Amino acid sequence: MQPLGLSIGVWVNALLTLCILSFLYKDNPFFRFAESLFAGMSLGYYIGIVTVQTLQPNLIRPLGETFFGNHNYLLLIPMALGIMLYFRYIPRISWLSRIALAVYIGYYVGVLMMQKIHGQVIPQTRDTIMPVTTGGIDALWNLVVIIGVFSVLVYFYFSVEHKGVVGKVSRVGIWFLMISFGASFGYTIMARISLLMGRFSFLVNNWIRPMFGS
Amino acid sequence: MRRTIPLVLTFVVGMYPIFAFFVPHASISGVNQWLDRALMIVAAFALPLGVVNLVGMNLTKIKQKREGWPYAIVLLAGLVVMAYFGVIGVITRQHTGFHPTFQMLFDNMVSPLQATMFSLLAFYVASAAYRAFRARNVEATILLVAAIIVMLGRIPFGDMLTGGRMTPLSEWIMNRPNAAAQRGIIIGAALGAASMSIRVILGIERTYLGKSRD
Repeated sequence: MQPLGLSIGVWVNALLTLCILSFLYKDNPFFRFAESLFAGMSLGYYIGIVTVQTLQPNLIRPLGETFFGNHNYLLLIPMALGIMLYFRYIPRISWLSRIALAVYIGYYVGVLMMQKIHGQVIPQTRDTIMPVTTGGIDALWNLVVIIGVFSVLVYFYFSVEHKGVVGKVSRVGIWFLMISFGASFGYTIMARISLLMGRFSFLVNNWIRPMFGS
Repeated sequence: MRRTIPLVLTFVVGMYPIFAFFVPHASISGVNQWLDRALMIVAAFALPLGVVNLVGMNLTKIKQKREGWPYAIVLLAGLVVMAYFGVIGVITRQHTGFHPTFQMLFDNMVSPLQATMFSLLAFYVASAAYRAFRARNVEATILLVAAIIVMLGRIPFGDMLTGGRMTPLSEWIMNRPNAAAQRGIIIGAALGAASMSIRVILGIERTYLGKSRD
């Protein structure tokens, strides 16, 4: 046996894995400990990522360079807007936080609109316009996709009552949606099982076996 | 006035990316790129808003010794330690931007906790499916069959049972009917998001400004 031969990292990793898996028996203090630790550390990790990957290259470093001759004073504007978000905690000037929010939301929705139309609606529609008269099995499958997209869109069109022809087409849309949900479900289950196998593989190969020197 | 200024700002800033898209002049797209970077900074400043709320909530829980208060200490400790090593990387000017301990904590704690937490869902999704997936009507049957085919198509056992037919069938479901439904969903959601963007830019949708009338 050589437990000390393993790094502390592997031990922590293994014990936390077991703490989470203990929930399969029932809710218990070990699981709740690991769950709380996960929540706190995830947020801390996000803070680190935002600091290193967003604030450092876009604000801290360029503002620091300002002292060495590169005049990046314009960056003080987004910094001021960022600080203004916190005015919501001061009742007398809380309305000023709306200005920062308005600039952020306004720009975001403007970008979002172009991204959605230009990056999703147009390309997805273009890709749906496929040949169906070329013969062969591919033309048939293209027809399946065209019918699927059309019927799903009809199902999501709520401005007309789903009766008669519209009702029938939207029912076909539901079938396509059911296939998609089933496929997504199956795919998700397999991905989760793959993660589970990864954790068991870690416990056996990186923790238990080295502990017994095999 | 306190609502009008933010609404005007939302309109002006929201129209800019749309204008920049249709007028691809260097000076206009230059401002757009600057806005991109600036708003990223504002968004980064918004993160501590959530952190302040979470810390406040957990500190209150600890102070009042409410049920499960020791777990609030664990959560805060995880948050502080991870955030400290995340931010310290910027101060000590690490080569990669990240402090080595930050990376070590991620590899041995955050990553395994996340993987195990998600793998745990495999059990619960499977048991939920057992209760929900009954072939009660056509739609439920389609969903059930699609899920089974996709799951069997991802493992060698499926091909062994069907003489190698399960993987191609699973691929066909993913690439044809599933793609068609996903495409319909994407187009519908993108059109919805674009119309919501127009409502925000034009000031019809104002909930982001809060409820107060001042």
